Amino acid sequence: MVTSTSNSLAGRTIAEIRKDFPILERTVHGNKPFIFLDSAASSQKPIPVLEAMDHYYRYSHANVHRGVYEVSEEATAALEKARVKIARFIHARQSKQVIFTRNTTEGINLVAYSWGSANIQAGDLIILTEMEHHSNLVPWQLLAQRTGARLEFVPVTDDGQLRLDIYTQLLEQQPKLVAFTQMSNVLGTINPAKAMIAQAHAAGAVVLLDAAQSAPHLPLDVQELDADFVCFSAHKMLGPTGIGILYGKKALLEAMPPFMGGGDMIRTVKLHESTWNDLPWKFEAGTPAIAEAIGFGAAVDYLNALGMDTVRQHEQEITTYALEALQAVPGVTIYGPEASLRGGVISFNVQDVHPHDLATILDQEVGVAVRAGHHCAQPLMDRYDLAATARASFYIYTVKEEVDILVQGLQKAQQIFHF
Amino acid sequence: MSMDYYREYILDHYKDPRNYGTLESPDIHSEDSNPLCGDQLNMDLQIEDGHVTEVRFQGRGCAISQASASMLSEMIEGKTIAEVIALGKDDILEALGIPISPARSKCAFLSLRVLHRGLAIAGLEKPNDEDDEDE
Repeated sequence: MVTSTSNSLAGRTIAEIRKDFPILERTVHGNKPFIFLDSAASSQKPIPVLEAMDHYYRYSHANVHRGVYEVSEEATAALEKARVKIARFIHARQSKQVIFTRNTTEGINLVAYSWGSANIQAGDLIILTEMEHHSNLVPWQLLAQRTGARLEFVPVTDDGQLRLDIYTQLLEQQPKLVAFTQMSNVLGTINPAKAMIAQAHAAGAVVLLDAAQSAPHLPLDVQELDADFVCFSAHKMLGPTGIGILYGKKALLEAMPPFMGGGDMIRTVKLHESTWNDLPWKFEAGTPAIAEAIGFGAAVDYLNALGMDTVRQHEQEITTYALEALQAVPGVTIYGPEASLRGGVISFNVQDVHPHDLATILDQEVGVAVRAGHHCAQPLMDRYDLAATARASFYIYTVKEEVDILVQGLQKAQQIFHF
Repeated sequence: MSMDYYREYILDHYKDPRNYGTLESPDIHSEDSNPLCGDQLNMDLQIEDGHVTEVRFQGRGCAISQASASMLSEMIEGKTIAEVIALGKDDILEALGIPISPARSKCAFLSLRVLHRGLAIAGLEKPNDEDDEDE
């Protein structure tokens, strides 16, 4: 597709960056360019990520740890190097604080089971928010059911921001844990994580930050935020599916019992008992996703080369442009805060057109991929009395021309459904 | 494939659904929803002498789910119970007349599921496990 020359990222034009993503050259429904506006669900992958994984499988694959031969040692070194890259990317003090998981969901479940079972008792309070993805809600519901803990929720304002006044009140009840998203996957709202974490700590709570949407799009410094646990997935940030990380403060991780038992996570095993390996391997039972970890490392390299400030700046530009363009279409309702308070996510509805019909029309008429549904945030949908929304989301490869085509698609949908 | 997907007759059923509403004292009432997209549908049937004498449906959702419900309601009115039991996905697809992608099949077949669920509740047919089939 033609991209305007004014678009550039860290000295490279967007057109050049787009060439790193082969999928963006494909067409759909005949010869329509594929317009991918669903990066909040999963991003596309650049060639360096694909090549890193391919190279590993072609030339360096063997199981990791304990292999006393060159290729296994190479594989182990590549896996651990990826861990170091990710640790630096989020400014963790030590790479052993970075535990490989399958995804954000698994990281949250790990904390809910391991930390939760050791620290949460009947009557204890866990504070969540109304804008959580199901993955940062259901694990805590399960924990509450197992232990008799209570859940309280920070409400959301009409324009998609957390009611911090109520958050402050809830903290007076001395919660054991506060878990919230740094960026809403539906509204795009960027929550004031640093201040919220400081407040939670002052109230004596441990904080888990769901960074599934923020890590791919914002500079992330876990030490500056002072977060206790942080979880995110590779596949939303240019990396492969099947791998994510849990970051945790060392003292917390060391005091936690293992999550899953098996190979790699043990020090000694006897028939009736075992002792645990050091961090991070204590929490990494079984053969890890080695190629995916290496791909994750390559994705982090790619983002670092662009610079996360630049990534954020580009997305803010696209989001501001898209908000204006969508607002100009009569009958379009947009959910969430103003551009300066949100990441590259816009949920919206078109009057008289169900979001699923809209998504089908956008796909078939103009080749635009958006998501439609409840976005795994049903309580938030209930909050706004919605069954579903359509959602467009952006990344480093999104250009304004694609937003224009989205708007054309909306107008086509309105023509088709004109009552 | 283009504008064809939302053909005029589909949009007509969506905008002007047949047999829309509820019955005061239905012999059979059933409902179901598609949590994925929030589609919701309920259906009332009046049965006399082994025939469906009246049908009403009410719901909210996408054009595909609501139009297929409207079309299904036209199909079943006046039919014998045996004929209604025999209705399946192919009949819905034929009425819609468009290819339905796997992602949209739950929308297209919601009304059919509600119908068969109602017949099963009334003991007129065995509960089926159609949802467990690979699609």
